Amino acid sequence: MEKLLGEFSLGLFIIQTVLFVLLVFLLNKFAWKPILNAVNSREEGIKNALEAADKAKMEMENLQADNKKLLKEARAERDAMLKEARDMKNKMIEEAKEEAKQEAGKLIAQAQASIQTERQTAIAELKGQVANLSIEIAEKVVRDELSNKDKQVKLVETMLGEATLN
Amino acid sequence: MQTKLSLKPITLVLLLITFVSFGQHHDTKSADNTHDDATIDKAEERKQYINHHLKDTHDFTLFSYTKANGEKGHIGFPLPVILWDNGLKIFSSSKFHHEEAVAEHNGNFYKIEHSMVYKTDAAGTITYDDHHHPTNVKPLDLSITKSVFMIIVTGILMLLLFRGLGKSYGKNNGIASGLGRFFEPIILYIRDDVAIPNIGEKHYKKYMSFLLTVFFFVWFLNIFGLTPLGVNVTGNIAITFSLALLTFLITTFTAKKDYWQHIFWMPGVPYLMRIVLAPIELLGIFIKPFSLLIRLYANMQAGHIVLMSLIALMYLFNSIIGSSLSFLLSFAISLIEVLVALLQAYIFTMLAALYFGMASEEHHHEEAH
Repeated sequence: MEKLLGEFSLGLFIIQTVLFVLLVFLLNKFAWKPILNAVNSREEGIKNALEAADKAKMEMENLQADNKKLLKEARAERDAMLKEARDMKNKMIEEAKEEAKQEAGKLIAQAQASIQTERQTAIAELKGQVANLSIEIAEKVVRDELSNKDKQVKLVETMLGEATLN
Repeated sequence: MQTKLSLKPITLVLLLITFVSFGQHHDTKSADNTHDDATIDKAEERKQYINHHLKDTHDFTLFSYTKANGEKGHIGFPLPVILWDNGLKIFSSSKFHHEEAVAEHNGNFYKIEHSMVYKTDAAGTITYDDHHHPTNVKPLDLSITKSVFMIIVTGILMLLLFRGLGKSYGKNNGIASGLGRFFEPIILYIRDDVAIPNIGEKHYKKYMSFLLTVFFFVWFLNIFGLTPLGVNVTGNIAITFSLALLTFLITTFTAKKDYWQHIFWMPGVPYLMRIVLAPIELLGIFIKPFSLLIRLYANMQAGHIVLMSLIALMYLFNSIIGSSLSFLLSFAISLIEVLVALLQAYIFTMLAALYFGMASEEHHHEEAH
């Protein structure tokens, strides 16, 4: 302790205290304040930037989720539309088929009917013609036959013979 | 950038001094060792040399040697001596001839004894009391001693360095450039891991300039102490006393109500205990800064003694094996001392922050006790 006090220099102590206090004030003004302010503002900036980045990321995610939702909806809508169209197509084909069938049936019936009448008229006409032809032939035959006496007799006899045979 | 450039020559000079001084030491010692009868004197001389090195001096000696005729030679430069002895007395320390001669100034005579300036008569007689203490008048010595010189150098260095760092933020978009880049993380460390945990987010700001200044001041001076310049500033009791006193004053004057309440009327303990605790706590407020001053002083002083003793051991052995072993040892200790230099600066700052934290703490007694 005595050695410590012996080494103690009051002058050095005074100078050191004055110089050190001066140094604290000078450094505070010219160094520590600017440094700490700069560092603080930088840290603040980094913090804000990170927050902004986070926010942007969140927004991005939201947007992506929205997009996905929209896409899903659109897909569902498309599927629904496709299904509807397919159904409609099938229905239309079905209807068309039905209609065609009916039309065809009607046409067939009409055709048959007209064929029937055509045939009827054809048969009737044929009958008339056949009758006329028969009469003509008969006339010709009769005329020819009647011009010959023997033949007439023969014919009568044949006819009589046939009649008896019957 | 400017600081970077201006620092380079300093480093170069330091390096040169290292080589020159070590080389010089070696030459003189090996030349002297031819005299065997001088061994005891040599040991005594080394002890004197170490003791002298630990003390503050009035001139800046880079290194000293012994001439062939036994005379001492010193290489260095004198510093101004400023005394308050019935008026300001200023003269060059070269008048003392390295503490060996009596300096005369305006009819007054002064002599240096154990690095203290005493007023003497023309012959330089110093009278001693029974305890071998000089009884001569001791004028107030405000000289620019080696320590003061180094304090000024360190102060200027710190101002240049940290002002440069502070300015570089503006120039470089808030990012440090140059040499300051190395120191910025350290400043942030002091803020985030020393000041804020000990003092608290709310009050730490007003203590930052003292904490940062004290940290770098002690660290730089510790490091300067390890250079062969041989400056033992932080190992000087007057310096550490000043730093501890400032810590004590700041603690005391920024103390809040709770701090004093915890000293004089400790809450949460029986009344009788409060009376017993008060003087102990009161003593504590002085012991805390006192421990600061003794810790730094003793650590640096001891480090210098050990290191110099190991270097002296090299010459004592004076053999290849012994000397190289002690060289290795002193090299290892030097490395440890570099660590100690930082550690002591850190501990001083840490404890100062802790005391400031105690002073500015605001308790909530209902919850805490």
